[in-house]
Amino acid sequence: MTLEQAAMLATVIFEVNGTPLEATPTPGQCLRTLLREHEHFEVKKGCDTGDCGACTVQIDGTPVHSCIYPAFRAAGKQITTAAGLGQPGSLAPVQQRFVDAAGFQCGFCTPGMVVTAAAIEADAVLDVDESPGLPDLPRLLDLPRLLDLPRLLKGNLCRCTGYRSITDAIVGQHTPPEGSRHAAPWRDHAEASTLGPVRATGRAGDAVGAVGTSPGALNGERVVSGLEPYTLDVAVPGLLHLAVLGSPHAHARIRSLDATRAAALPGVHRVLAHADSPRTLYSTARHESRFDDPDDTLVFDQTLRFRGQRVAAVVAASVAIAEAACRLIEVEYDLLAAVFDPQLALEPGAALVHGDKDPVVSRLADPDRNLVAELHGEYGSVEAGLVEATTVVSGSWQTQRISHTHLETHATIGWLDNDRLVLRTSSQVPFLVQKEICRLFDLDPAAVRVFTARVGGGFGGKQELLTEDLVTLAVLKTGRPVQYEFTRTDELTIAPVRHPMTIDVTLGATADGRLTALKLGVLADTGAYGNHAPGVLFHGTSESVALYNVPNKRVDAQSVYTNNPPSGAFRGYGLGQIIFAIECALDELARELHLDPFELRRLNSVRPGDALVVTHEEGPDLVFGSYGLDQCLDLAEAALERGNRAAVPTGAPWQVGTGMASSMIATTPPRGHRSQASVQLMPGGRYLVRVGTTEFGNGTTTVHAQIAATALSTTLDRIDLVHSDTDAAGYDSGAFGSAGVVVAGKAVLAAATALAESLVAAAASFSGANDLAWQLERDGLRSAGTSVSLDELAEWAGANDVDLTATRREDGALRSLAFNVHAFRVAVNTDTGEVRILQSIQAADAAFVMNPEQCRGQIEGGVAQALGTALFEEVVLDGAGTVTTRVLRNYHVPQLADLPVTEVYFAQSHDVLGPYGAKSMSESTYNPVAPALANAVRDAIGIRPTELPMSRDRIWRLLHG
Amino acid sequence: MDLSTVTRIIPARQRSDLDALGPTVVPLAGGSELFADPRSHLRGLVDLQTFGWPALTITDNDDDGEDDGGAGLEIAATCTLAELSRLPRQAGWAAHPLFYQCCTALFGSFKVWNVATVGGNLATSLPAGPMITLAVALDAELLVWHGDGSDEVVPARSFVTGNMTNVLGSTDVLRSIRVPLRSLQATTAYRKIALSPLGRSGAVLAGRVDVDTDGVNGAFVLTVTAATLRPVQLRYPQLPTAEELARDIAAIDCWFTDAHGTADWRRAMGLLLGEEIRAELAGLGSRS
Repeated sequence: MTLEQAAMLATVIFEVNGTPLEATPTPGQCLRTLLREHEHFEVKKGCDTGDCGACTVQIDGTPVHSCIYPAFRAAGKQITTAAGLGQPGSLAPVQQRFVDAAGFQCGFCTPGMVVTAAAIEADAVLDVDESPGLPDLPRLLDLPRLLDLPRLLKGNLCRCTGYRSITDAIVGQHTPPEGSRHAAPWRDHAEASTLGPVRATGRAGDAVGAVGTSPGALNGERVVSGLEPYTLDVAVPGLLHLAVLGSPHAHARIRSLDATRAAALPGVHRVLAHADSPRTLYSTARHESRFDDPDDTLVFDQTLRFRGQRVAAVVAASVAIAEAACRLIEVEYDLLAAVFDPQLALEPGAALVHGDKDPVVSRLADPDRNLVAELHGEYGSVEAGLVEATTVVSGSWQTQRISHTHLETHATIGWLDNDRLVLRTSSQVPFLVQKEICRLFDLDPAAVRVFTARVGGGFGGKQELLTEDLVTLAVLKTGRPVQYEFTRTDELTIAPVRHPMTIDVTLGATADGRLTALKLGVLADTGAYGNHAPGVLFHGTSESVALYNVPNKRVDAQSVYTNNPPSGAFRGYGLGQIIFAIECALDELARELHLDPFELRRLNSVRPGDALVVTHEEGPDLVFGSYGLDQCLDLAEAALERGNRAAVPTGAPWQVGTGMASSMIATTPPRGHRSQASVQLMPGGRYLVRVGTTEFGNGTTTVHAQIAATALSTTLDRIDLVHSDTDAAGYDSGAFGSAGVVVAGKAVLAAATALAESLVAAAASFSGANDLAWQLERDGLRSAGTSVSLDELAEWAGANDVDLTATRREDGALRSLAFNVHAFRVAVNTDTGEVRILQSIQAADAAFVMNPEQCRGQIEGGVAQALGTALFEEVVLDGAGTVTTRVLRNYHVPQLADLPVTEVYFAQSHDVLGPYGAKSMSESTYNPVAPALANAVRDAIGIRPTELPMSRDRIWRLLHG
Repeated sequence: MDLSTVTRIIPARQRSDLDALGPTVVPLAGGSELFADPRSHLRGLVDLQTFGWPALTITDNDDDGEDDGGAGLEIAATCTLAELSRLPRQAGWAAHPLFYQCCTALFGSFKVWNVATVGGNLATSLPAGPMITLAVALDAELLVWHGDGSDEVVPARSFVTGNMTNVLGSTDVLRSIRVPLRSLQATTAYRKIALSPLGRSGAVLAGRVDVDTDGVNGAFVLTVTAATLRPVQLRYPQLPTAEELARDIAAIDCWFTDAHGTADWRRAMGLLLGEEIRAELAGLGSRS
């Protein structure tokens, strides 16, 4: 390189959002990294391969994925990010439409989505300007380019919404919940259905944002302009970076490890390996009770049980140096026999993955058989039930590994703050992380703070401790702030996936359709570590089986170790897999009995008063707090019968069919889920809600603010909320098991209600007139012509040492049941295996719906993720423990083009347990989708698909293989 | 992603600037492929964009109206897919739709089109590379600049040799793609299928019927890509029968399996789409 060239590369000047920026990119740096280095955190890192679009910026008006754009080429260019399009208070029209349409949930994809949409819009307007025939500014819907939206948005992945609301935001429309009236023009829907919009829930209160209404997400304006910070969107002076050397072997023991050369590399601060690791066994899975999961993991283990497992880590001044140092670590391995097939893993003589573990200490069923957990039990006599049956069906179903693909990868920044350890992490469970970090590193809880910023999606994947332990070790060893960020390839290759399962089901029934026997066999591959293995197995076999009244049931379920990458918690927590099998078996039974599948469910589903039975009657903690399954079945059936006038593809290869499936879920995880919330009247007359649970797109912050506003008879704009911080809020078990509304929300309601009473009492003291009946209003309290503002009351309280804070706890001891029914009409191309969804319907029993628009979004998003599972997604292994789908272009997460608009219907019920009569409704929406689709495909082609995903090549093989 | 081992960018302005190329120094065009994969063996990049090659050049024949061989379209290796997708329609270029169609077969979004180049797509030599489909289907000739200063013209159909392998040596650069006028004037048909509506291609087929000198339909060429480890071209002096074509497609020996489809399904799609193309070009109808 000549000096001239070196000089040219040394410094580049460009503009970002109109402001000149002078920067020195490294030669191989991508623009995304350079922009983030200069604190343009609105440019997100989602995939790093140009597939997800979260990093989209415009360069001289042309949109590009900045992660694949060489940084040096920015010289002299004008770059526009989401923050340059508009900011809170002065949003660009397209940003405002994303707010109005609830076009995001976690919001991590949103800045890139908005920048892309703005470019599409600009192009469309340009087209019109050049077309003299079109008058004035266009109605966007009419623009031909927007017919091309599926293609234009294929490089923008959203994992949360299912894209309906994003389409609405871009096009500037509102698709009603029944789906069809204003459906996007490229979809084959025609006219409106005649019945069944989302029930207008709740009261038409004066208070803006009361429960039952649909205020937009808190901080929405910041999200759409990219200014809402996520985990790594913070500049930390002196920050070091951590990179990990992963195991090249599926099962090996480290014989020797020489880090001399790595440690000598300039910029390296520390190399960490098993010699530095605490010897305390733990589980990456986190639950309210740490005894739920086997202790089988070390921060660094000398034995490596899957490819990619940590061998060593380097802490260095940059990621580049840390990675370079990892390549200099010299390791010798002793290879060990490995096992990759869960069936073989159980056989005598199989390689033992954790043969060194004590079953009592680690809480393992039988480490000498690779058995982590098992459940065997019988209620009644299945043998007798099958004798009694006139019709018996049986089959075997197989589900695949799924990557959660939350767009924000796992990441933690840790630092010391006056000798206290602080972890800023992308987690669903900050309080549980705090507890386990303290246990692992022998720290006093008072000396550890764990908090989250807004979290970019979770879906169960962040109910794990995957980065916090390493960052803690690195911070404690170096005393410096340290960041560890998973790459997308890490997510696809070493982060836990959904448990793949083989599920055998046998059903018996009498000729009138009454079930007489249900026999379930489950084999789950939990991979190299047992995180969530027992929970997923027990939960998976629970509500799936308990949904049906069958006098004779038997369950034999096992979760086993292999040397495959670990499995873990995933939306639905085992139910999705087993419901897939049971609901498909029920469909087969209905066919054999010549019975309508809805009717078969009506005949056999539990209803209030029935016992809930898996292998024995479930404990008294599980109750029918409300019941809307009957309505869900009616709503879905009616919608399917009504149809949507979708154009049915014509031609010989196309076959049309319909299918449905039900699901049930407990509204709270078993054995306790605790949350403590407080609400305080602050100086200035605003309310501050403190609650421990995490916001990762589930919408709980919005609902919590709605609850507080409603209980305090005020409006959302008076509510401030801090959450998800062990320093700033009371204990919360975490955002999993759908607990955000029914546990944490209930604690917020109790606290806000208590504060409302305190305020009345305080107003009475303040006025000195105790006999007046004070009423809370939006801005204060009023009584018989007298009033006091919240501001005045807060000031008086401060002056008189009156604490206007109420704190309440909820323990989740009683749990209710929620229901979902999904139905599809599909066309299947028997030549290609293509499954085209003509109509998608979900009826949900959420009881009282806190925020209908948001709840609808949760349902649409759950359906979208489930359609990914049902049709496209699979983390593929090579049979020897190596993942072959290592980037998003090889792991197909649904794009806008892949998904139908789902019609959403709510049952009308009122739960006796939930706040305001609400039930949880986000993870459960996923569960009935895959079986409903499989049943529709079976109806269309006459052959039952039993493997997920129902990819085109698999369907084609069923027909031609 | 950051290519953190790269320590220098060499802007190429003259051919001698390519002397730096080698196993650890590679050409950089748009960067969309190069920056999408960790490549810790790399130390340097030679930036081809600084050559300033004109993206699209219509190499017109003389005014005499005779096709004198060199006429057609020259596409610089650094031409972006966005530029190619906006190729202006030219009188008589019946093959014009194929350019846009092949762009749509790229898995990358329209934003990737803004940077990804025709040459980069060819040189990456993925089975699903749609510029391979385009170049082979139109019997393009590829101008390769060898490291020793010599030039070579390689027929597109023999450029890609396997899954991510091609004839380029580590000091070679793909300079341009020349599409002969005869191919531009041919009628084409295009089919793509993937495991999802707009997913990474499982099979991309393009058919071409040349216009003979006497104005009637001439040779038929079917190009099969994405389903096979390397592009496969089937050539016929005129439109084959369905049976002939099916026999020849069935005989292809390099169907493959990856996350985007199994070999048996890809073979079936090759047969299905090949026949659809044959039927379309025979004027018998098109895909429903």
